[in-house]
Amino acid sequence: MNTPLLKVESLVKRFGGLTATDQLSLDVAQGELVAIIGPNGAGKTTLLSQLSGAMFSDEGRILFAGEDISRLPVHRRVHKGLARSYQITSIFKSFTVLQNVALAVQSRSGTSMRFWAPVASERDLLEAALAIVTDVGLESVAERPASQLSHGQQRQLELAIAIATGPRLLLLDEPMAGMGREETLRMVELIHRLKQRFTILLVEHDMDAVFRLADRIAVLVYGRVIATGSVEEIRNNREVRQAYLGEELTV
Amino acid sequence: MTSTLVSISSKAIASAGDAAGKRSSLVPTVAGLGLLTALLLFPSIAAALDETFYVSFVTRILIFALAASSLNLILGFGGMVSFGHAAFFGGGAYIVGMLSIEVTRDIGLLPGTQSAWVAWPTTMLACALMAALIGAISLRTRGVSFIMITLAFAQMIYYLFVSLKTYGGDEGMNIGTRSTIGFGLSLSDDATFYYVVLALLVVSMMLFRRLVHSRFGNVIRGIRENETRMEAIGYDTYRYKLVCFVIAGSFAGLAGALLANQNTFVSPRMLDWHQSGLLIMMVILGGVGRLWGGVVGAVVILLLEEILSEYTLYWQFWLGSLLLFLIIVAPKGLIGLADRAFKGGLK
Ligand SMILES: Nc1ncnc2c1ncn2[C@@H]1O[C@H](COP(=O)(O)OP(=O)(O)O)[C@@H](O)[C@H]1O
Ligand SMILES: [Mg+2]
Repeated sequence: MNTPLLKVESLVKRFGGLTATDQLSLDVAQGELVAIIGPNGAGKTTLLSQLSGAMFSDEGRILFAGEDISRLPVHRRVHKGLARSYQITSIFKSFTVLQNVALAVQSRSGTSMRFWAPVASERDLLEAALAIVTDVGLESVAERPASQLSHGQQRQLELAIAIATGPRLLLLDEPMAGMGREETLRMVELIHRLKQRFTILLVEHDMDAVFRLADRIAVLVYGRVIATGSVEEIRNNREVRQAYLGEELTV
Repeated sequence: MTSTLVSISSKAIASAGDAAGKRSSLVPTVAGLGLLTALLLFPSIAAALDETFYVSFVTRILIFALAASSLNLILGFGGMVSFGHAAFFGGGAYIVGMLSIEVTRDIGLLPGTQSAWVAWPTTMLACALMAALIGAISLRTRGVSFIMITLAFAQMIYYLFVSLKTYGGDEGMNIGTRSTIGFGLSLSDDATFYYVVLALLVVSMMLFRRLVHSRFGNVIRGIRENETRMEAIGYDTYRYKLVCFVIAGSFAGLAGALLANQNTFVSPRMLDWHQSGLLIMMVILGGVGRLWGGVVGAVVILLLEEILSEYTLYWQFWLGSLLLFLIIVAPKGLIGLADRAFKGGLK
């Protein structure tokens, strides 16, 4: 099929006088990993919020698998196969790691308007959750409350929860945020593996990670895509070097 | 291998970070059975000691325990701080009263009945509907707005009944007799009424226990913890919160129906914000989001009220001070405190 899995058409989002997303268009093909880079405040998180449904756009359309989802609420988009992870870790701190993930599995396995049978007796949920917990490398802390995890582990859990909804497209907002070198490397490995199974839109600051993972890169500045291309093309693009990579170097 | 892992993990899932699990040990079970036995024997003991007043008093505690536990479902498990629970508690009382006085005074607004089998389920249903309406609007807001809007709804209902002279206006109205239940039993007998209330509380608590450990309960607790993320993993949180609000409202209505019977009198005082505040205090003192929190809170507060008012005219001041003190030493409620003490003791 030639329709891209995600097609963003002339999206506009304004906050008062500020245009955080400015006539933004973008395609993500099935199976592709597209990275979005851009300086702080470029509008990357704002874009993901519109894609996930947490914010509605002022103009433009979002097509997912050919269907216009621009006006669907967050939870409906999730069931269509869109999942998001957060730049600022958003987990269930008093739940164990396994319960965090099981909660997301539960969401895609039938109705939760069930009031009688104990959820703890549903083996399917637990097994599916455990498989994902193991997949992201958290099986040794599966029984621990999420609040007790290290920052790096919480970032892994953040990702595991998104995966557990069974998405077709993963929207990842700076998964390496605040991580040390070691942890970053492990996260890159993990995303590299996930890439085989999911279509991914990755927002990331870490250039090494982006160059390693991306099939295609879009550069966002002041809410506009100023360039898209392969890793090589973006590396050599003068405008990009000025607007972004240059800034990166001097920071 | 997977199966051993899973068996480990199902244990983990059962021991939810807060409310569930852990308490599956023997001690609470034994304590619970002991308490239940004591409660079952209580009217006979009171009769033997010629202290039958206390049967009424304990009945009142059980009724408030039910009302506070229903509030705990939304406030504790769902994180929805409703300051308007009196709308359903007092509202339930009024509905029973309104149905009952139709029989004696024939006002002609409602079909009258004094049968508990009709009036009490009707009350629960009416309160569920009222909760659906109030919840549908209030739950569009969060935080302080939610507190204020639930309070506003409850006060509207309070003023409505203050102005309804047909139903006694601000003086309230007497209900001739308690509801009838047939089977040759009469609720006018305090001991019989006590047993009926006790049975309803026990059944309700069993239902609540099921509820909080079910899929639904899991979602509700997830919403309290992180509503945004719950939406982001595919839950229509509004719907779940609304259903929870409706369940809580209908059980508060049942408690109200019982309170009307207990007093054979209803008044707007049952509807005003003091009543909502009292229920919140009970939940906070007992344990927010703990299954038995509402029960413990109701017992302690009503006992303190009773004891202090025997000794001093300024009992309200002392009650307030004591509650303040208790909440400072036990910020997670008395159940949380007991938990800590118990764990410390084991070590
Ligand atoms: N809810 C909001 N209200 C007003 N301004 C916002 C809001 N969210 C983001 N912004 C502004 O929009 C711009 C883009 O922010 P953001 O999308 O978070 O950037 P990035 O993720 O690329 O760092 C910033 O100038 C930010 O201050
Ligand atoms: Mg951002």
